[in-house]
Amino acid sequence: MSSTFDAVAKVISETSEIPLEKITPESHTIDDLGIDSLDFLDIVFALDKKFGIKIPLEAWTEEINQGKASVDDYFILKNLCARIDQLIAAKGA
Amino acid sequence: MRLEYFEMIDSVDVFDAKAQRIETTSRVPAAGESPVFEGHFPSYPIVPGVLLLETMNHNAGWLIMGLNRLTRMPFFVGSRRLKVRKFVQPEQVLKGSAEMIHEGSGFAVTKGELRIDGELIAECEMTMMVMDFPSARFKQELEKRAERIGMIALVGA
Repeated sequence: MSSTFDAVAKVISETSEIPLEKITPESHTIDDLGIDSLDFLDIVFALDKKFGIKIPLEAWTEEINQGKASVDDYFILKNLCARIDQLIAAKGA
Repeated sequence: MRLEYFEMIDSVDVFDAKAQRIETTSRVPAAGESPVFEGHFPSYPIVPGVLLLETMNHNAGWLIMGLNRLTRMPFFVGSRRLKVRKFVQPEQVLKGSAEMIHEGSGFAVTKGELRIDGELIAECEMTMMVMDFPSARFKQELEKRAERIGMIALVGA
């Protein structure tokens, strides 16, 4: 988790020009860091490439729109990192 | 090209699904054939840089639609590293290409180039949102355009 968080925080910092020290596992990418949907696309692109995964952004969006998941489930960084860890594990399975 | 109708591509010459690459041809209209040149610029007609970007967007768009067999529509949302290296004048022939850099979930990142006689004229990395067609009519209109530029024959959609 911590190594994933470090990598994700670095990507966010570099992509969105947010100081690294402002990014914590509890940070909400939208509410706390002010990342908009287009910036988030750039972040997902960078994370996909970095981890060799395909973050299922469309499925996540659909789950949120259908009320099956909350925005916090994906957009609080510790939760995002946990999802990424799952995707990395699934890739290696 | 019919600049004022945003018909930027005259023909799709190569569509390679395996290599995720497309090659196209765009013939710039004569100065008297497009009102764009009346304003850009009077007595010095050159293709606006934004229309070169638009041409690269269309190449990227047709690449993505070729790969998804015209089932979903890409919309341009962002560019990186756009460079326009030379002026493009009426009646010049642009050879365009686009290749996939990354196919994400609901978006794609592509790289495009435009060349004249082999010389690099413009290049760009483009991010496209890939969405369902907004309407059946929209899809039909796009399929007509795809037929006209030879995309349907190459994709077999």
